[in-house]
Amino acid sequence: MDMLASLLPAGVAVHAPALIVVIPLIMAAVAAFMPKGLWAWGVTLVTAIAVAILSLNILGQVSTGGVISYAMGGWAPPAGIELRVDMLNVPLLLLVGIVGLLCVIYALPSVADEIAKKQQSLFYSAFLVCFAGLLGVTITGDAFNVFVFLEISSISTYTIIAMGAGKDRRALTASYNYLVLGTIGATFFVIGVGFLYMATGTLNIADMAAVLEETGHNRVTEAAFAFIVVGLGLKAAMFPLHVWLPNAYAFAPNFVTAFLASTATKVAFYALVRFVFSVFHPEVAFVSMSFTWLFAVVGVVAMMVASVQAVFQTDARRLLAYSSVAQVGYMMLGLGMGTAAGLSAGMLHLMNHALMKGALFMALGAFALNFGVRRVKDLAGLGQTMPASSAAFTVAGLSLVGVPLTVGFTSKWYLVTAALERGWWWAVAALMISSLLALAYVARLLAAIWMENPPASRGGTPPARRLAPWMVLAPMSVLAVANIYFFFHADPLVGLARAAANAVMGGN
Amino acid sequence: MLEIILERFNYIPIIILMMTGLYVVIATGNLVKRLVGLSLFQTSVFLLYITIGKVFDGQPPIIADAGHGEDAGHGAETAGHAAEAAGHAAEVAYSNPLPHVLILTAIVVGVATLAVGLALVVRIREAYGTIEDDALNAADYSLETGSAE
Amino acid sequence: MWTPELSLALALAIPAIGGVAVALLGKHPNLREAATLVSAVLLALNVAYLVEIAPGHPTLELANLAPGLHLVFRLEPLGAMFAAVASGLWIVNSLYSIGYMRGNNEKNQTRFYVCFCIAIGAAMGVALSGNLLTMFLFYEVLTLSTYPLVTHKGDENAKRGGKIYLSILLGTSIGLLLPAVIATHFLAGSTDFVAGGLLAINGVTPMVASVLLILFAFGIGKAALMPVHPWLPNAMVAPTPVSALLHAVAVVKAGVFAMLKVGTYIFGPELIAAAPASDALAWIAAISIVLASIVAMTKDNLKARLAFSTVSQLSYVTLGVMLASPLAMLGGALQIVMHAWGKITLFMSAGAIYTATKKSEISEMAGLGRYMPWLFIAYTVGALSIIGLPPLGGTWPKLFLMQGAWDSGHGLLIVALVASSILNVAYLLPISARGFFAAPEEAKLKKKPPMLVILPPVITATGVLVLFFLIGPLRDYLAPVFMSSSLAAEAAS
Repeated sequence: MDMLASLLPAGVAVHAPALIVVIPLIMAAVAAFMPKGLWAWGVTLVTAIAVAILSLNILGQVSTGGVISYAMGGWAPPAGIELRVDMLNVPLLLLVGIVGLLCVIYALPSVADEIAKKQQSLFYSAFLVCFAGLLGVTITGDAFNVFVFLEISSISTYTIIAMGAGKDRRALTASYNYLVLGTIGATFFVIGVGFLYMATGTLNIADMAAVLEETGHNRVTEAAFAFIVVGLGLKAAMFPLHVWLPNAYAFAPNFVTAFLASTATKVAFYALVRFVFSVFHPEVAFVSMSFTWLFAVVGVVAMMVASVQAVFQTDARRLLAYSSVAQVGYMMLGLGMGTAAGLSAGMLHLMNHALMKGALFMALGAFALNFGVRRVKDLAGLGQTMPASSAAFTVAGLSLVGVPLTVGFTSKWYLVTAALERGWWWAVAALMISSLLALAYVARLLAAIWMENPPASRGGTPPARRLAPWMVLAPMSVLAVANIYFFFHADPLVGLARAAANAVMGGN
Repeated sequence: MLEIILERFNYIPIIILMMTGLYVVIATGNLVKRLVGLSLFQTSVFLLYITIGKVFDGQPPIIADAGHGEDAGHGAETAGHAAEAAGHAAEVAYSNPLPHVLILTAIVVGVATLAVGLALVVRIREAYGTIEDDALNAADYSLETGSAE
Repeated sequence: MWTPELSLALALAIPAIGGVAVALLGKHPNLREAATLVSAVLLALNVAYLVEIAPGHPTLELANLAPGLHLVFRLEPLGAMFAAVASGLWIVNSLYSIGYMRGNNEKNQTRFYVCFCIAIGAAMGVALSGNLLTMFLFYEVLTLSTYPLVTHKGDENAKRGGKIYLSILLGTSIGLLLPAVIATHFLAGSTDFVAGGLLAINGVTPMVASVLLILFAFGIGKAALMPVHPWLPNAMVAPTPVSALLHAVAVVKAGVFAMLKVGTYIFGPELIAAAPASDALAWIAAISIVLASIVAMTKDNLKARLAFSTVSQLSYVTLGVMLASPLAMLGGALQIVMHAWGKITLFMSAGAIYTATKKSEISEMAGLGRYMPWLFIAYTVGALSIIGLPPLGGTWPKLFLMQGAWDSGHGLLIVALVASSILNVAYLLPISARGFFAAPEEAKLKKKPPMLVILPPVITATGVLVLFFLIGPLRDYLAPVFMSSSLAAEAAS
């Protein structure tokens, strides 16, 4: 940890929280002016590396030095905007930074295939804006600032999703629907923030918590809570506010889907946790009721319904998108338990799911790159023609089901243990049933890949092997191997998750 | 009862606009009209912020005395209700600039969203030839299988 | 130099390295087969050493996954016995596989042998596991590694059979077994196998133990307790060496072994006896025994008949666990050994008949005993063992189970055991009878069966005979596992 804290010279390290947001923003402008897509990608890569290093440095600083409070522009909080890093958002910074870097490496061949040459620079620029926005949501300590960064990331997300129109025009309608719903969600969120401002007179999250503790809650804060939960829930794809997600993930460019699936909903979930715990204290009656009656219920329904919907999909990415909704349900269930064990299980699943879905969508992107695979039946025979990508897909798929030897088993274990501690047998049953449903849809995908023969159009007998470009294979393999590695060395992730839960629940 | 409503008359147009906006978003089939509804909805939020930030008899938050230079930059933190800033004459009530700042930000966000949304509508028109919801759905999803083709 | 820990590690490493060697030698069939045989022999030697040191309970920590979760091997007599059965029969089965695969010109032989190695490695893992987590992990690896073996033929039937195989086994393990494992961890703080029963020591109430017992009984799908048994007859689409492996060596024995180990070390005999569910489960096992035998009688396909016979025989072990008296559990443990040797004989005979004549229906097997006398004698010996007649090994499990049923006050269940023996006669012996005494349909065999498919069943049939006389050492080796201090004196008779 000390090594991480001293990765950067002290002068830079002090400003790391600000740099991690500012660098991508500035580089976005630089990338927009790049004449060639390759150069824009280069700019993006450099930025991603910088962000990854900064996030590691921040991890080191928080682990050794405690909570970082950075006053933007030198204006002290609660008047100035504060960037606040504690053990809750450090895992997310790491996740966005490192998975972002892997996705950017993956991007070069994928984007070159899917997006017109003239638009590539602008595409990377929009991506960098999205990247900055997500990092900003994670790191800020000011409620309205959350809205601003949320919208920054969302608007650029609408743009990069729509860029998938080059391959499938339904990306446009998907993006439009996401825009409408996302804006409604963000507006609800800002209404909630407005009510909170009315009630407390401050916008700083930590300060709000202090004021609310003194003055207590009233109907204004209850209304604020409701609006904020709905607003952030929509961004986090909480059932039933998830309807934008399947189409958005299915038709966006593959790189975008891989990136968003690993980061966007996770960041929104983090924001939800932050508001629910840091602003509204969980001991307050209406908040603790919401755990059991809102988050847990919604989580369980999401797990079941979305998994069932996934089983019946014909489009491969849409199937995994519904699976993502179900997995968000797991996280909501973890949150809904209201205990440190539950929250830490939810956070662990958040990180593990990013590893799983990142690998899965990258593999699907590799299949699409080589063979134009879209539907589940197009997956036939890929085990023979693209063995490396199929192997990565298989590992990540088994992880999704929760087979031992993969990281998905670890997070299921902790979720079930947390449910048992809470005494919620029905949650255990729901977890098991949704695992079986996950088995059903993953088995469908794996059966198509390994048990079917490739269609005649794909090459003679025996079918020719076509490896995906190494820039696609490398990040995908890293994520797939991470699924297995973190099963055997679960300590880092479990430790981060526990620290995250303790940071907001006050020690356990 | 009546007094309570009259005291909070500012919420009435806010609620009307909000509901109208949401209704338009849900009920219309035309993509541009949907964006219009969205803008209406967002405008109601602007009104919300502005009206709750009103300080009656509030002065512009500019500090006239030269001696209070070190506080000059922190005018924005004055809370909306009473002039609690230390060192100032206790009777002067300053208007609260913060809600206005927030709303300017939100307006900008709204404009950006609208711009992206309209750009999408233009592209949709180019790709599909229509901007009516029903026609778009019919083009995207075939009825027999219920799945996208 | 040669430490017990090294030996434990080798039990896993030898099949793994063997698998790699087979994969690399794929292009050279003779070398490839040699690699399999060498691995099998080395493993058997290693396990022989393990059997010797088992009463000392050596342990080996494999991996520490997270606080409170670790993978560990801990050797004890039951596990050593299962490992010995598995590794010993792997040698025989490998010889048989070589003969069968070449005799029938099967495709994808390299994949076949590699998966065999992995499956045996997983079976070793189950045998040597020191806690539920480790056992669960290797149990799942066993399911996944045997799937390519079941669907080996690659046709529609094979895929369908494979689908049912996987869905039942993975469904029960993820849906029922996993929650039971996690609940055990939650109740007891760990999942270690402890003498006297982990849950009993932690003061778990009989009601909670009942719920867990039900979850385990149906969650361990490989034990084929009705109604989670359909995977077994459907797995018959596999080539016969796989069925011999599945039904004697690795998969089903791993299932009932798991049942026995869970019963002995997680619950403990006293807790099982106290749990209300054990009575119901004992009756379900008894019904399984009889019902599966009745279904077996209706099957004309030899392998299907043997599959249902296996379902029936496996429930003997489950019955033993649920009766929870020391003799019953000992009977269950002995059944693992005796049934393995007996059933593999029967399956290998079925495969040999198929290799020589391409016949798989019993009604067509008239008079074949004249042409393959040694094979049919081996089959008869195996059948008599399953029926439970002395001087063959299968006598002892039946005897102990009957005694155990009487001891635990479930005398009525002895009727099920007796009925099962009678039904066994009815569905197993007709094949021998038709083979020797009916008139053959054709004048001579189309093809002489290769020596490598005739010899292994003869070897195992001889083994069945020898095992009868080895009851003394076997009982002395296994009995301490099931004796709790209060019952030690009683069982000394």
